[in-house]
Amino acid sequence: MFDLRDLYQEVILDHNKRPRNFGQLARPDRSAEGYNPLCGDKLTLQIEFDGDVIRDVAFDGSGCAISKASASLMTESVKGKTLDEVRALFEKFQAMVTADAEVEPDADALGKLSVFAGVRAYPARVKCAVLAWHTLRSAVEGADDVATTE
Amino acid sequence: MSQVPAPTAAPPRFDVGCVRKEFPILAREVHGQPLVYLDNAATTQKPRAVIDALVRYYTEHNANIHRGVHYLSEAATQAHENARRTVQRFVNAREAREIVFTRNATEGINLVAQSVGQAHVGEGDEIVITGMEHHSNIVPWQMLCERTGARLKVVPITVEGELVSEEVERLIGPRTKLVAVVHLSNSLGTVNPVERIIELAHQHDAAVLVDGAQSAYHLPIDVQALDCDFYVATGHKLYGPTGIGLLYGKAERLDEMPPYQGGGDMISSVTFEKTTYNELPYKFEAGTPHIAGAIGLAAAIDYLTGVGLDQVAAHERDLLAYGTSALGQVPGLRLVGTAANKASILSFVMDGVHPHDIGTIVDQMGVAIRTGHHCTQPVMDRMGIPATARASLAMYSTRGDIDALVAAVGRAREVFA
Ligand SMILES: Cc1ncc(COP(=O)(O)O)c(C=O)c1O
Repeated sequence: MFDLRDLYQEVILDHNKRPRNFGQLARPDRSAEGYNPLCGDKLTLQIEFDGDVIRDVAFDGSGCAISKASASLMTESVKGKTLDEVRALFEKFQAMVTADAEVEPDADALGKLSVFAGVRAYPARVKCAVLAWHTLRSAVEGADDVATTE
Repeated sequence: MSQVPAPTAAPPRFDVGCVRKEFPILAREVHGQPLVYLDNAATTQKPRAVIDALVRYYTEHNANIHRGVHYLSEAATQAHENARRTVQRFVNAREAREIVFTRNATEGINLVAQSVGQAHVGEGDEIVITGMEHHSNIVPWQMLCERTGARLKVVPITVEGELVSEEVERLIGPRTKLVAVVHLSNSLGTVNPVERIIELAHQHDAAVLVDGAQSAYHLPIDVQALDCDFYVATGHKLYGPTGIGLLYGKAERLDEMPPYQGGGDMISSVTFEKTTYNELPYKFEAGTPHIAGAIGLAAAIDYLTGVGLDQVAAHERDLLAYGTSALGQVPGLRLVGTAANKASILSFVMDGVHPHDIGTIVDQMGVAIRTGHHCTQPVMDRMGIPATARASLAMYSTRGDIDALVAAVGRAREVFA
């Protein structure tokens, strides 16, 4: 009939239910807010740096399963990475969720994040998947504005 | 004419099966499932009569209006003016010149905000709106206040989604210049006591604009009985085309208002020294209008009144009660908007499943609903929720549609169990 499991994979459902790195850091170096006006998803992201490396990261807020799981999995995968590595990862992630169906995601680079490949079949949900990433970028760049997916 | 009164024919029984046959799109499938269209508050589907009227206009009558002496131009002009009279009868305006064609409800509101604002609103004046307005009935007034130094007052709403009536009485006062109020809320379904608000506002010589974007296709409208100064509606929710809307304004109000936009058709003469504006309603209709849209809208109104708005309203009331009880039995589901006087809207949230996820999952089962803030962010803030899932009814909705929705919502719960 249809395969919702392509979108709502177990990993996504799990991270939605039990988001990792959810809450606040004691001494964040940077933080940013993200907002998706289309569905009302809101999140706050906090980062603690060790030089050029993300030592710790946490997020808070409310959102749909896709945006929450995406934020949760993102925090796991950027921890311990340099900013250059994070930028490269964001590009690969964005490419995956906006690619044509037949393009294989770069699973080696994306690791667990490739569970979001199913999102590309749901154009209305792409913004949910990238909200956390946009917020991360504005936190890193120190922009004061609220990051939006618009 | 015969003096013998015609035998009062029993009104034709409302038959939703017959109605559905008139809407071609309802026969299609989505994701391999029969379409269950429950996003009518966003826009309604179009009956064959409307689609045919558009095709017929472009096939047989297309010409610009008010400008030609040739046959087609006259035919198009006449069809356009007939459409205006159809709208006039539909809302029971006293005169056809009280009907201005706009692009949509939003443009009607902006027209009034700009034009009334320019002529009659200044510093210290107050504009009153409510906490359940659509963004299109908030932002134009905010802009007006910014421009003129007037103040915006907002009538708060209860958790059930009703206006706090003491606040209505308190906020409408001697400083009030205009009250803008939604007739039927698109995110809550509340039907507001606009008669009382209009009466109160008139005691203070304030004008009232009723946002009828949602009410015009669910409730019989009589602008003279309401005694509102302005009433706006939008064609695409009224089973008509997109890009056409209507503004009703009392002639004496419209007469004293300056034009909204300048251009062709809205003038009677132009020299570089002086331009004289055209009479009503043309003063407010600059440029070539959406001729086909007006004709399509009239076809939609003819169809709707042919079916009978009272019958449609009764059918939708029955479905709303059925849907309220069916959704109420879904564990973890909570309806948002439980006013005593409600129509056509079933907004809800569900424990553990975000509205956006509900929307995606039910769509896979062919059920089209809207999720989000429905252009009423202040309502979401008031209710302390980011968004709702919203099913909204139309004349072709059925109990089967509601059953499909309930089943699909159950599936969403399973996915997230
Ligand atoms: C209550 C209400 N007012 C105004 C509007 C605006 O209608 P439109 O976008 O057609 O101008 C809508 C439709 O979304 C509505 O539901």
